[in-house]
Amino acid sequence: MKFLCIPCDAVMDFAERQIPGDGTLAAVFECGSCNMEVAMLTNPMETQLVSSMGVKIGGREVPAQPMELSRTSMEGGKEDAFETTESVAPENQGHPLRVAWTSEAVGRLDNVPSFVRGMVKRIYTDWAQQNGVSEMTPVIMDRARTELGLEDM
Amino acid sequence: MRKIRTYQDVSHGTGSELLEQVIEQQERLADRLSQVKRLVAIASGKGGVGKSAITANLAAGLAKRGFKVGATDADLNGPSLGRMLNVSGATLGDSADGVAPANSPTGVRVMSMELLQSEADAPLKWREPSLGGFIWQSSLETGVLREFLGDVAWGDLDVLLIDVPPGTDKIKRLLELLPSLDLMLLVTTPSETTRFVVAKSIRLAQEAGIENIGLVENMESHVCASCGHVSRLFGTEATEEESPYGAVSLWGSIPFDPRLGASTDEGHPLINVDPAAAASVALQALVERVSEHIKGGVQ
Repeated sequence: MKFLCIPCDAVMDFAERQIPGDGTLAAVFECGSCNMEVAMLTNPMETQLVSSMGVKIGGREVPAQPMELSRTSMEGGKEDAFETTESVAPENQGHPLRVAWTSEAVGRLDNVPSFVRGMVKRIYTDWAQQNGVSEMTPVIMDRARTELGLEDM
Repeated sequence: MRKIRTYQDVSHGTGSELLEQVIEQQERLADRLSQVKRLVAIASGKGGVGKSAITANLAAGLAKRGFKVGATDADLNGPSLGRMLNVSGATLGDSADGVAPANSPTGVRVMSMELLQSEADAPLKWREPSLGGFIWQSSLETGVLREFLGDVAWGDLDVLLIDVPPGTDKIKRLLELLPSLDLMLLVTTPSETTRFVVAKSIRLAQEAGIENIGLVENMESHVCASCGHVSRLFGTEATEEESPYGAVSLWGSIPFDPRLGASTDEGHPLINVDPAAAASVALQALVERVSEHIKGGVQ
């Protein structure tokens, strides 16, 4: 999928992705020549088609988690299907920064269905390590959530 | 009319990174399966021919011979392999490296949708939207199957068996994910309707370039438990001249035995429960042939 700025005959560059609600996916593209911006808005079926491919428009901020598509797409997942073993993403193994979770952050994580909890914790931890954050708090979680585009997770 | 360039005309990327992510998915799958010596699909195209029961018994038989065996249930909407290999209710290990499969009492590493569902009798449902499933469902289920193959920490395996659901489209979907499949076993029965469908599956696999295709004829006869009389269960036997299967070789003929289904359904593959049963002896012959294939001796 490419957007062509016809006046400039130039391919527009991806600029931003948002999930503003009601199943809409908004992807903003910008012409590098004239700076014109366009937003592609998808309906819920089209949004689902994109997410069904297990991809994110604009790329991923953190690597895909094991069975992420299955866990985030299924309805009625078994609560105790997974038993989390502490580990970090392969690219973050040996990372000097350890991320401590405050009790408030852990409390918020407890509200996440256990079907996806281990995966979500790893995503936040990976993000924190990559951004030099040593303590995970609810405020940091909000920031990561926005930056990672986890509104749908 | 003005001329607008084609997608391929425009070499400049957009930064949306969609293609890169799809390639990365394929690379991750290939990397995971590089630890697996042989990939074997058990398919048919037709439903109700005993694919899952044969997969479970083949897995148990190979594991008993010392092979490191994995089994993936590619039937997302009607999973049965978890039950047949007695891992229902098992918890899956969850780490950044992958999801650890369930371990069956027979030593088989198993992945099945059944292990992810909260209710055994609930149909598989995906999150919203409720409409337009025909647009995205196939893509989603292919992605989930890719995860069942590539996101499971199988470890080193001698063989990964893949139980393919009914429908030739499901075979096609698998072959798109796994073009390097080593062997496809197509389960058939001596019924005209099944032959008709399996012939399509053979053609599909051949056109996809699968070099090793074997037939397993299930329920090919019935052996009376009292007198040993052998009778046919279905219609007439196709002669060699009229066989719709062409030159595809027969890898196994399994006689009908109600205990094969009953015992395996309860999580106890017949091949282990009653090795002397005629069906078990036939399954052992299939295990032997697949063993040779794993070892690289017989093609």
